Amino acid sequence: MIRLLKKILLLDLLQGLWVTFRNQHPKHIYTEQYPIERPKVAERFRGAPRLNINPDNGETLCISCDLCAIACPENLIVVTSVRNPVTKRKDLTTFVYDTSRCMFCGLCEDACPVDALELTQDFELASYTREGLIWDRQTLEEGPKPTRYTS
Amino acid sequence: MAQTFLDSNELVLNMGPQHPSTHGVLRVILKLDGEKVTGTECVIGYLHRGVEKIAENRTYQMFAPYVDRMDYIAAVSNGLGYVLAVERLIGVEAPPRAQAARVILTELNRIASHLFWLGTHALDIGAITPLFYTLREREEVLKIFENYCGARLTTHAFRIGGLQYELYEGFEAEVTSFCDWFIPKIDEYEELLTNNRIWKERLVGVGILNATDCRRYGVTGPVLRAAGVKWDLRKAQPYSGYDQYDFEIPVGTNADTYDRYLVRMEEMRQSLRIIRQAVAAIPAGPIMAKVPKVLKPPVGEVYVSIEAPKGELGYFIVSDGTLNPYRVRVRPPSLINLQALDQMVKGALVADVVAIIGTLDIVLGEIDR
Repeated sequence: MIRLLKKILLLDLLQGLWVTFRNQHPKHIYTEQYPIERPKVAERFRGAPRLNINPDNGETLCISCDLCAIACPENLIVVTSVRNPVTKRKDLTTFVYDTSRCMFCGLCEDACPVDALELTQDFELASYTREGLIWDRQTLEEGPKPTRYTS
Repeated sequence: MAQTFLDSNELVLNMGPQHPSTHGVLRVILKLDGEKVTGTECVIGYLHRGVEKIAENRTYQMFAPYVDRMDYIAAVSNGLGYVLAVERLIGVEAPPRAQAARVILTELNRIASHLFWLGTHALDIGAITPLFYTLREREEVLKIFENYCGARLTTHAFRIGGLQYELYEGFEAEVTSFCDWFIPKIDEYEELLTNNRIWKERLVGVGILNATDCRRYGVTGPVLRAAGVKWDLRKAQPYSGYDQYDFEIPVGTNADTYDRYLVRMEEMRQSLRIIRQAVAAIPAGPIMAKVPKVLKPPVGEVYVSIEAPKGELGYFIVSDGTLNPYRVRVRPPSLINLQALDQMVKGALVADVVAIIGTLDIVLGEIDR
């Protein structure tokens, strides 16, 4: 009898409807207004790569040790350098980072002994061309330039 | 003449690979007698990327990010299985602090995986609301992952020998507050679905796979447990310190789709229990064991399996003493569980096929690899 009454009164469905009704409240809205409001990503976020420069003298921190290129599973980093005859050290000439093949695993960042290569919090990496995804030393050193879509 | 006109012929229907209910690019060729399914044939391989072959050309550390891309819903579990296998190969054990952190993150990933399963499974059946709620809750788990290791989905959270990143400040508080916040949410899903008559009509008695058949097919995970077999690798062969935690193995009785749903719901609660215990007793100390930078494991082979959200996930690694593994063979739970589809579907209706594929909780990235 009770089961029949439950069946007629649709109690099980009303129970579910009550849940959806409770969640109607505007404070439960989770939508992000993305281009207008940029989401705050975590501090450790692995996004666009950057080649850090020494803020004091503007020289690159990179010592051309090639460890990042060796650590990279996709072999997408190419580092070239010349031996400086005065300081007997390697001077960085070019640094090419192919973001089109990068999977942002962070192994290059871990391998870097001087914290020169860093994966930053920028996540807007789209480009109109394939060539635009291959970043050279200048692009890497300038760092990400987040686009502002609204004034 | 009229007789032949009314004759029913076997109808062959292609389901997928673009069908949204096959959870990816699975193609199922259905043989139909009217609305009844008389046989199925699965066509897989549309997402094949040759991950096992890639492993042969990478060093052990380099291959770790690739395993995240097999079962991308549960990337942390995949990573754990792989690093445990390599650690067994080189005879290293992660420090206690790293083990506790690994347990917390894998159990969070189990919750995330089950949430995603619940949402999509309910969506397949026709209940769209749970998807929004489960993805909302899953987002919180992904935020913890992002805060911890910097990525949300393909996390690459663990390294061979321990962890790369120290737990961030406020990790314990964040995980605990997630646990407190999440328990009423599970009750909310249960309110929406467990007693819902449409949900029950669609699931009870559908896709039965009893314990004997489960063993025959090698089916593991919640599908096996719903058949009443108390088999969980976390209890059977504890790894990463699971023997220190107190939790139950939920089992079902009817071995049908509804029981699998109940088992997974209970598993989420048990995961929360494990997380609470692990967070309360997270030891101090180092997070990385001594592992050489250039990893050259001794000649040998090793098979390590863990309890991934979908079942037994195994890694079989053969080392020939060089920098690269000679062979990495993955035993993905989804692939083995999918074998049982034909038997479960036989005699069911076309609409039940969607429910049964959903209940197996397959991920095509893992099946095709």
